[in-house]
Amino acid sequence: MEEPGNLEFAAKSITGSPSGGNRFFAVADEFEYGVQAWWTTEVYLDGQATNKESAIFTGFRWENRFRVLPHEHWINPVLYFEFEDISGADKTLIEVVDHDAKSDLMVPNAEARQEKQREIEAKLILSSYFKGWTVAENFIGEKNVVHAPFEFGYAVGVSRPLALEARPERCNLCPENFQLGVEMYGGLGTHDAFGLHGTSHYIAPVIAWTLANGTMLTVSPGFGLSDASAGFLLRVGVSYEVAQIGRKARNLFRPGVNQ
Amino acid sequence: MRFAILFLALASALSAAEPNLPRQVPPRCAARTNPMTGDSRAQRAGAKLYERECAACHGAGAGGIGKAPSLRQAGVSQAKPGALYWIVENGAIFHGMPSFAHLPEQERWQIVTFLQSLNTRQVPDQPPSVSLRRP
Repeated sequence: MEEPGNLEFAAKSITGSPSGGNRFFAVADEFEYGVQAWWTTEVYLDGQATNKESAIFTGFRWENRFRVLPHEHWINPVLYFEFEDISGADKTLIEVVDHDAKSDLMVPNAEARQEKQREIEAKLILSSYFKGWTVAENFIGEKNVVHAPFEFGYAVGVSRPLALEARPERCNLCPENFQLGVEMYGGLGTHDAFGLHGTSHYIAPVIAWTLANGTMLTVSPGFGLSDASAGFLLRVGVSYEVAQIGRKARNLFRPGVNQ
Repeated sequence: MRFAILFLALASALSAAEPNLPRQVPPRCAARTNPMTGDSRAQRAGAKLYERECAACHGAGAGGIGKAPSLRQAGVSQAKPGALYWIVENGAIFHGMPSFAHLPEQERWQIVTFLQSLNTRQVPDQPPSVSLRRP
């Protein structure tokens, strides 16, 4: 959850070269705002470029996350709702659902962009913290507002900082600034064809590095685990958070206030 | 439209009043002792974490800004370390303070160690030009 009043900018990129298809590079630009301590809202703007084809804007997503319980528990649920208006050419792979497969990544842009995907998505996000470890599980349900069945997917991940105590010095290379983890995600079919058959799955180690100025860099090579998966995907992300952006904006117009 | 109005009313009601947090801490949690009490290194690390995680709302000098209260008040300095730890861990979700459970336990204790030092140690306050600080 984003802290209330804070705005985080992030660029999440992914590149891959599905066998038999052209290399692609997709980016989701994310704007995440903490409305309340229990409510975070985000907008994503997606685009992609495919080698020997074109570079196109593929749509937007608007998501909202709601924390359900007031206090910390062993498992902390967050409800997630998203509306997305993207084209079939979207390759950001923010999540994998249904029978999403590498063949989807090989459809030419000119053809794939004709397909409109206006979908409503819900997730149950469960997270736990134990002795420095963060464990998160997502169960995803998605439905096109016009047609198509309910589609399902999952993501699970675990991560831990290299050090559990902060050093007193302001530093870029302190071990507590590095997080290592691994995540696994994939599709679970539809409500009438639920299961793993024909679905794609990935396992991806993740390394995150937070600089002293708050900028976070993430790198995550993903490896396909099933025949339907792309063989290799590389995710690279960068994010920066502006604390209390509303107050800072107001203060720009108030004489004598410089925070 | 009615749903949107109802939702916004509920959101503002949930966020309106600020509780006396230390008094709401379960006694079992408040009784926990700070394993880093008196550790100057932990105190300095806590100051660094405070700057990163807390100062945007509570102010660089912990004097409070807007709805975020001053942390230099008696309610904080007299609170048990276990109570401060519980508040850092759980926040006050429906009153504007997020949870910091994502920080490792050791870092939360470092923040508590810094907060406990506020009443005895001089901390550089915010720039005087900031007028949002509470009187």
